[in-house]
Amino acid sequence: MSKNSEFVKFDKVDKSYDGKVLVVKDLNLDIAEGEFITMLGPSGSGKTTCLMMLAGFETPTNGEIYLDKNPISNIPPHKRGIGMVFQNYALFPHMTVYENLAFPLRVRKISKEDTDKKIDKALSMVSLSGFEHRMPGQLSGGQQQRVAVARALVFDPAVVLMDEPLGALDKNLRESMQYEIKHIHESIGVTVVYVTHDQSEALTMSNRIAVFNDGKVQQLSSPDKLYEEPVNSFVAEFIGENNRFSGQVTDVSKDKCKVKLDDGSEILANPITVKSSGEKTIVSLRPERALINTKDKMENNFKGKIEEVIYHGDHTRVRLNLLGNKDFILKVPNSSANMDIKLGNQINVSWNSFDARALDPK
Amino acid sequence: MSSETQKILTTDGIPLEESLKKAEKKNKIKAFLLVCPLLLFLIITYVFPIGDMLYRSVDDRMVTDMLPKTYKAMEQWDGKELPEEEVFEAFYLDYKKLVEEKTFGKLATQLNFEKNGFKSILKKLKRKMKKFEEGNYKEQIMGVHKRWANVEYWRALKRRAPSYTYAKYLKGIDMYENEDGNIVQVPEDRRIHKILWLRTLEVALFVTIFCFLMAYPIAHLLATLPMKYSNLLMICVLLPFWTSLLVRTASWMILLQQQGIVNDFFVWIGLVTDDNRPEMMYNKTGTYVAMTQILLPFMVLPLYSVMKTISPSLMRAGKSLGGTPFVAFWKIYFPLTIPGIGAGCLLVFILAIGYYITPALVGGASGTLISNQIAFHMKSTLDWSFASAMGLMLLTGVLAIYWVYNKLVGVDNIKLG
Repeated sequence: MSKNSEFVKFDKVDKSYDGKVLVVKDLNLDIAEGEFITMLGPSGSGKTTCLMMLAGFETPTNGEIYLDKNPISNIPPHKRGIGMVFQNYALFPHMTVYENLAFPLRVRKISKEDTDKKIDKALSMVSLSGFEHRMPGQLSGGQQQRVAVARALVFDPAVVLMDEPLGALDKNLRESMQYEIKHIHESIGVTVVYVTHDQSEALTMSNRIAVFNDGKVQQLSSPDKLYEEPVNSFVAEFIGENNRFSGQVTDVSKDKCKVKLDDGSEILANPITVKSSGEKTIVSLRPERALINTKDKMENNFKGKIEEVIYHGDHTRVRLNLLGNKDFILKVPNSSANMDIKLGNQINVSWNSFDARALDPK
Repeated sequence: MSSETQKILTTDGIPLEESLKKAEKKNKIKAFLLVCPLLLFLIITYVFPIGDMLYRSVDDRMVTDMLPKTYKAMEQWDGKELPEEEVFEAFYLDYKKLVEEKTFGKLATQLNFEKNGFKSILKKLKRKMKKFEEGNYKEQIMGVHKRWANVEYWRALKRRAPSYTYAKYLKGIDMYENEDGNIVQVPEDRRIHKILWLRTLEVALFVTIFCFLMAYPIAHLLATLPMKYSNLLMICVLLPFWTSLLVRTASWMILLQQQGIVNDFFVWIGLVTDDNRPEMMYNKTGTYVAMTQILLPFMVLPLYSVMKTISPSLMRAGKSLGGTPFVAFWKIYFPLTIPGIGAGCLLVFILAIGYYITPALVGGASGTLISNQIAFHMKSTLDWSFASAMGLMLLTGVLAIYWVYNKLVGVDNIKLG
């Protein structure tokens, strides 16, 4: 079976609620069959609107959405055959777990035996066998979430949408559910479109992540690329931690550029969006890419004063005053070599120009 | 292990249980004192009047106490033929005493409830009595009016002998205890209460249905509209509610009368001809229309409060799982609103079944309800014990409905807001 790389296709989709402001602007997004794709972004960035358009609860103002090559804008939600897991689970409180799961099967007029078989299978998948006759109110939050997932999968939909499904759970439960959902996805190969504002959730679970901001997809790529190689300063800022230097490009070569920072010092960086000298830029550097007191030879070497030390168990976060940036963060692994990290000390910090990405000034 | 079974002591050495009781006692007294005003108010204004009403409806000592000698003499009387001279004599003596005390009017009223025509012959007897000679009272009394020679009247008198009676309840359902002591129906042309009971139930039932049909969409809209529109709509629902009941009923009279606005409109759009205007008032139609409008908020509010709590994502979930909008509504939304439906219907039905002012004003002859009959007996005939009996029957009916509802739906499922 060859996988369709355009199983779900957003084609130039615009959405406006009031005719004045576009919530989603010219969205083009292809989702492959069997893929786990996450729409990540701050609240109000348009990601939930996209999901609602795909589910059929909102209609695109312009453009078209295709599901397996068929336009679906005019198909009502109940005919799309898309499973959905809602933020607050949306389990039917007056029905037992069994009845909740049987609902999509009954409306499809599936026989009693098949219904029972499918429900058994779905419940064992979320390890809730034996809970058939409980009411949703008698289940814990995590169990309700599993029932909601099972209900969205029980009728074998081609696509499952999840709208911040883990938002209401506590941290530990959320993490274990992340793995559980990921494993379910791997074992049955359904296409999942997942919406969240929690970046660690997105990084853990997805094949690809679409970062939304301001109604637009800022970057669509795999989690590692997204973290390592953000294409603009919004993504760099939004995903993970980030040290920023603003300055002006003074010289650009093929894979290096010189940036003159606001305090007058000059650093070497990797030109991503800058094209010519004279441009304003923001240089982004991940905290773990900057090393202290290293013996390796690196292109950027500066001295900074330690302003704050926060102990985190496996690592120590150090806040430095470096090159005029008072919030320069370093993550220092806890090993015996780093004993001279004391408040007020001056330390050497160095990094490669490749890791310092010169991005748009925003 | 043994320490667990030992009594736990507080630091002062007092057993924990006692200490807790002591601490809680203060709170309990406080709580009771806070509830006290309401409790007193309820006892004075609710429990006591209802108890008194119950008592009044069966109490018949007034007549018994007014004619002690008569009833003593009547004990031996079998009721088949006219009583003996001693009964007439005893009655004369009792009545004479009442005339002297000027309380004979009450007796006349009471006996007239029992049998029509008693009042006039008692009055006549009072006038003629002054000239009565000693002895042979039977002849003299029978000479006052020919009805005094009718055994029916003496039987009616004897029926009032017991101190307590359930006759008023029988009367409420068009029955009475006949001369032989059997409970039988009154003649067909006098069965007025049964019609009224049935009509009351019918009106209450239909008003409840109409209210439900109109309130459900309104409540749904109220619960789903954005705040600024729903507040406005809520005011529209409540505005009539804040207006005096009398004013609203009067405005319905203006709207519904034959030369009224609604009829004018029908004529204007050509629905009816000018000389053939339908009667919409002083009959059941008027009662239905006015009562539905007046009781509507009582249905809207409980429904609204329940619908407000139903998450819109439930309907979405239903649709995304493949249910058509109707299936999603019928299988998911509707069952979740049942507590509100129950509360609203119960509220409207109970209010409608005892409704008084509106049917009295717009109901006419064919639109009056049992409460109007109760009011009639309270104000016009002054047969308070009969009014009490009917009031209690109404109350029992309402309690029965409540009981049935509890069995069917469960009172725990009610949500009033």
